[in-house]
Amino acid sequence: MRKTALILACALATASSAVAEEQALAPRQSWSFAGPFGTFDRAQIQRGFHVYRDVCSACHAMKHVAFRNLAQPGGPGFSEAQAKQVASEYRINDGPNDKGEMFDRPGRLSDFFPSPDPNEQAARARFNGALPPDFSEIAKARGAEAGFPWVVFDAVRQYQEGGPDYIYAYLTGYGDPPAGVTLPPTQFWNNYFPGHRTAMRPPLQNGQVEYTDGTPTTTEQYSRDVTAFLMWVAEPHLEARKRIGFQVMIFLIVFGGLAYLSKKKVWADLH
Amino acid sequence: MAGHGTFQPKNPILKWLERRLPVLSLMHDSFVVYPVPRNLNYWWTFGGILSFMLAVQIVTGVVLAMHYTPTSSGAFDSVEHIMRDVNYGWLLRYIHANGASLFFLAAYIHIFRGLYYGSYKEPREVLWILGVIIFVLMMATAFMGYVLPWGQMSFWAATVITNLFSAIPGFGRAITQWLWGGYAVDQPTLQRFFSLHYLLPFMIAGVVVLHLWALHHVGQGNPLGIDVKSDRDTVPFTPYATAKDNFALICFVILLAWFVFYIPNFLGIPPDNYIPANPLQTPPHIVPEWYFLPFYAILRAIPNKLLGVVALFGSILVLFFLPWLDTSKVRSARFRPLYRQFFWVFVAVCIGLDYLGSKPAEGGYVIVARVLTAYYFLYFLVILPALGYLETPRPLPASISEPVLPEKSAAAVAMGARAPERKG
Repeated sequence: MRKTALILACALATASSAVAEEQALAPRQSWSFAGPFGTFDRAQIQRGFHVYRDVCSACHAMKHVAFRNLAQPGGPGFSEAQAKQVASEYRINDGPNDKGEMFDRPGRLSDFFPSPDPNEQAARARFNGALPPDFSEIAKARGAEAGFPWVVFDAVRQYQEGGPDYIYAYLTGYGDPPAGVTLPPTQFWNNYFPGHRTAMRPPLQNGQVEYTDGTPTTTEQYSRDVTAFLMWVAEPHLEARKRIGFQVMIFLIVFGGLAYLSKKKVWADLH
Repeated sequence: MAGHGTFQPKNPILKWLERRLPVLSLMHDSFVVYPVPRNLNYWWTFGGILSFMLAVQIVTGVVLAMHYTPTSSGAFDSVEHIMRDVNYGWLLRYIHANGASLFFLAAYIHIFRGLYYGSYKEPREVLWILGVIIFVLMMATAFMGYVLPWGQMSFWAATVITNLFSAIPGFGRAITQWLWGGYAVDQPTLQRFFSLHYLLPFMIAGVVVLHLWALHHVGQGNPLGIDVKSDRDTVPFTPYATAKDNFALICFVILLAWFVFYIPNFLGIPPDNYIPANPLQTPPHIVPEWYFLPFYAILRAIPNKLLGVVALFGSILVLFFLPWLDTSKVRSARFRPLYRQFFWVFVAVCIGLDYLGSKPAEGGYVIVARVLTAYYFLYFLVILPALGYLETPRPLPASISEPVLPEKSAAAVAMGARAPERKG
């Protein structure tokens, strides 16, 4: 019967290799927010925010994020005054006023980031039918799954960065299509995008966004920074989660140890 | 749990209550003096773990429902509101999502423990059937809960699963539309799923009470599978079982905390469910949660839709008949050399089906899934009935305390007490 189990395992392995190879897997990057003690690199997500504001936000909405979030603990570390300043640079459509009219006003902390397009149809009309996805959860809405059985090791190693790894790979993964493939002018070749044909033209160019802290202004650096920013956007309480998690673990391990000793003591007199 | 207990309260208020409603002596009889076999191993701690998990799911779920909006336009945003703006909303939601997964893990361990030690045999048939009813209710609850965030996977899982009923000849279409409350999965579907998702856990709690009642009436099984013969075979529930259950529960909560705090989206929420539901765009792979995958693999292993659905439901229904399909009088696999081997192959087959359920239904995957599906049914319908006649069980010990307390000598007694469990 042990043999039967072995044969089963072999059959499973053959079955998986028989199925055609899929998308290239995004290479794993090292992120400051990975692991049990991971935290966001404040300077990095501030830079990432600038990349979002100067480049991505022209097409991508971020409707679940409010300006007040920029100043909340565990975030990019802007002061409240800075967050107010950022908000005031946006025009927010509000109303109706007491004349029944809608009006524009400068943004406030409680406002959410406005969408670049009034609705989905308008966005699709602007991009030849393609819809730029909302960025609020995108770092969790993408993945780079290793597949069974490696996925089991990922549970032990706490690998949860499939989304950021994919986004970074996508942003830096543009290239020329293989020989014999011609693309219409509205499509671009990307080594990591499912199906390889993406409707977004390479968004980041060297030197496009100005950094004030001396960080190199390269496509790779922009991609890395904006990806880290998007991870914070998708999981704003990540730092609190990992910090509380460690406290909970310490408590449970001590509690478990005491429970084990009392169990041993109780059962020791059993005769 | 029957009759009047031995508990005599001293406090006058408790005495007053006890004369009018003997709830204190009921608790005392059920959780303090209740005799449990002294040789229970850690596989017997999962009943307590499951009760705890049910309570966790209900408590977190009730609070989540205070902030959730069951509308097709508001559900996704309200879940994100919980994750971002509700105080510790992320913690509640991650406990609830990962708690569901670990609830199933504990349930599967509990079920396989029952299979290995023959916990479903006379006189525990009704106890077992109540357990299978709980399992079915859990599956319905988990499925409907999965739909509530109204992400892509929520929507398409709801579409795939409700469409299973369209395979019923004649009435399929009508039944499916009745479930949907319309002509597709939409607002009415979400709203009724929310209502039922809130209702079913309390039904589970009710059946759990019956399950415990039946358990306390017939008494627990044990790794040797022989009946309790004297007081020497048992120990009082408190402190012995409570101390052991307590330790096992804390270990299980450490596992839960690992998922909740460090890898909350590993089991709980797949990437596609962070994309709002879009009826016009089918995700490339629609994959259910891991705890449904063996059944999903069985469904897809059968080329005919109706027969696939029959096999899917049959694979669960067959569990109801297990007490009569297993013809052996010996309960514990420890004394059944052949059964033990078929059992472990069955475990491997279930894990294999779980893996195949996550893979696209094509090529070699389908062939292997068919072989494993065949074994799944053969195990219950052919192997178990036949083994009772073909297998020669090993001799059973005379009593529970005999192998535990082999000699009267103090040294042997101490050793036996420390290691009541021996590998069979």
